[in-house]
Amino acid sequence: MSEHIVSVRVYITIFLVLLVGTALTVWAAFVDFPFGLNTIIAMAIAVTKATFVVLYFMHVRYSTRLVWVIVGSALFWMGIMFAFTFADYFTRSRLSIGT
Amino acid sequence: MKPIESFELPSPSKVNYLNAVYGLKSWLLTKDHKRIALLYLGSITFFFFIGGIYALMIRLELLTPSGDFLESTTYNKVFTQHGIIMIFFFLIPSIPATLGNFLIPMMIGAKDLAFPRINLLSWYVYLAGGIITIYALLAGGVDTGWTFYTPFSTTFSNSYVVATGLGIFINGFSSILTGLNFIVTIHTMRAPGMTWFRMPLFCWSHYATSLIMILGTPVIAITVLLLAFERVSGVGIFNPKLGGDPVLFQHMFWFYSHPAVYIMVLPGMGVISELIANFSRKNIFGYSFVAFSSIAIAVFGFLVWGHHMFVTPQSVYAGMIFSFLSFAVAIPSAIKVFNWTATLYKSSISYDTPMLYALGFIGLFTIGGMTGLFLASLATDVHLSDTYFVVAHFHYIMVGGALMAYLGGLHYWWPKMTGRMYPEGWGRFGALVVFVGFNLTFLPQFIAGYIGMPRRYHAYPPEFQVYNVLSTAGASILGFGMLIPAVYFVWSMRYGKHAEANPWHLPGLEWRTQSPPPTENFEQTPIVTWDAYEFAPPEETEVVGKFHGEVERAS
Ligand code: HEM
Ligand SMILES: [Cu+2]
Repeated sequence: MSEHIVSVRVYITIFLVLLVGTALTVWAAFVDFPFGLNTIIAMAIAVTKATFVVLYFMHVRYSTRLVWVIVGSALFWMGIMFAFTFADYFTRSRLSIGT
Repeated sequence: MKPIESFELPSPSKVNYLNAVYGLKSWLLTKDHKRIALLYLGSITFFFFIGGIYALMIRLELLTPSGDFLESTTYNKVFTQHGIIMIFFFLIPSIPATLGNFLIPMMIGAKDLAFPRINLLSWYVYLAGGIITIYALLAGGVDTGWTFYTPFSTTFSNSYVVATGLGIFINGFSSILTGLNFIVTIHTMRAPGMTWFRMPLFCWSHYATSLIMILGTPVIAITVLLLAFERVSGVGIFNPKLGGDPVLFQHMFWFYSHPAVYIMVLPGMGVISELIANFSRKNIFGYSFVAFSSIAIAVFGFLVWGHHMFVTPQSVYAGMIFSFLSFAVAIPSAIKVFNWTATLYKSSISYDTPMLYALGFIGLFTIGGMTGLFLASLATDVHLSDTYFVVAHFHYIMVGGALMAYLGGLHYWWPKMTGRMYPEGWGRFGALVVFVGFNLTFLPQFIAGYIGMPRRYHAYPPEFQVYNVLSTAGASILGFGMLIPAVYFVWSMRYGKHAEANPWHLPGLEWRTQSPPPTENFEQTPIVTWDAYEFAPPEETEVVGKFHGEVERAS
């Protein structure tokens, strides 16, 4: 366990950042972006918020390298799930049998 | 030969973990991994009986072609609840939470798991999930199949999907906590000299299982949460009418649930490695291959889930990749089977009850695994998917494999856990009855499925009846066979012969302390100077299969 004490100021700052992120998400949902960018923008905001939570609220920023490796491997595993799932979705139209 | 100082028969002491403290509170608030293992043993046995009653109802209904015993809707609930109880509340916790909990600290020479309180918490979390699920069953049950496929589960089913999902969601955390505990314990609590490659293979397989528990379980939790969310709020995630995709559910579900089949069978493989090496008194053939094949199964098991989706609109390209990888993941399983068999070669085998279960496992697991390859082939699966062939396939692995290993392990370590011997003659008899009953139950299902009998129907065309009659007859024998150990285990707790510290004469650390062990497992921390299955080669001693500690003491 890292003994690092995070100051209340940092917590409040991150909290405000998250609130701004939420407001942005709501705003972006009502705008019709070109090229179907809506999803990408919404996801980008969400990922940024999650990163702040992981780094500061979950103290990963102040943790040992081992913890970084664990977080990294969890992300990698999530990557496997996305990669193989998209391997299905992106190749569905390539070959159609019986249609 | 190197002397083994720490091998001294423990001084016989009357105080052990069972009688050190008394009273209900001493059990319900215990932090002793051995007592928590027994709490788990009691609760999973309870769930096993409930699941067994559903199995009985299924076999009774299928005795005749017409749906005369249960309504079709009731039948849907019965097989769903059989699957949910058996998978999530019996098989997934079975070996890890009982035998693993009890033995991992003992095998590596530790006093307890790394986080004893978290261990106790995991049992309470398990109970909470179990109680909620039982509530759902009593309130009206659930009829979606244990796989909860959308959009039926989110839109059309009128049963208690959300409550059951909540039970499974909560139960998942107990699995995560157990996995976390095992990983940290194995990394940090090994006794001096207990290197990674001196660990019994049971610990390696539990390490691999724990990896899957930690990396996979959160995904099933999120998946049932999304399912409940769509069902309750109508947000479109899986329902195509609302812009969702039902196949997405299957991706997410099987991302966990294929690895979960390895959560069920890997601990069993660990038990079998122990039994085969110890009851043939020989070091396991290719220790490091067997050890790393567990890790390989855990990792590659995450890359094959699409073989459950060959008959969905899943892309043919993805199907080809998943099919290929499914064949690849069979390799580490085959390594184990070959190495166990090679271990038996020229060894001195004793056919005690645990070994009978282990030998049964090798054959039954092989049949289960090989038929998995039939199903993993794109074309044959179109014919076999959703037939009784699939049902037979996974029962060969989950009952013929995992349950046999669990029973074998329970017999093997029963003297250590309870301090009593079970009656060996009855034990062997029970093992044989279980083996015969099992095969009579599930072998006909391969044939019925191959010639076209679908799964999950309460009525079927009369030409399938003969296979179903055989299967129901087999299930009766199997049920009877499993009552035999149930009865003598309970009997032995009071009347069984007192067990010595090392009734099987084996080198493992868990046998180098009294039976039952003291609360802190060992009188002093053992210092390990030997390998996991270091039996003396025959030329060093007249008595084949003595292990080093014994040889030194004798000479
Ligand atoms: C090692 C332990 C294994 C267990 C516990 C296991 C368990 C299961 C289960 C529960 C199902 C049925 C899922 C459902 O439709 O409800 C299943 C289906 C399947 N299994 Fe296994 N399996 C194992 C090994 C394998 C192996 C080694 C392979 C292939 C390499 C395999 C290939 C398949 C396939 C392709 C299906 C889908 C059949 C279908 O529904 O069309 N399994 N298995
Ligand atoms: Cu699978």
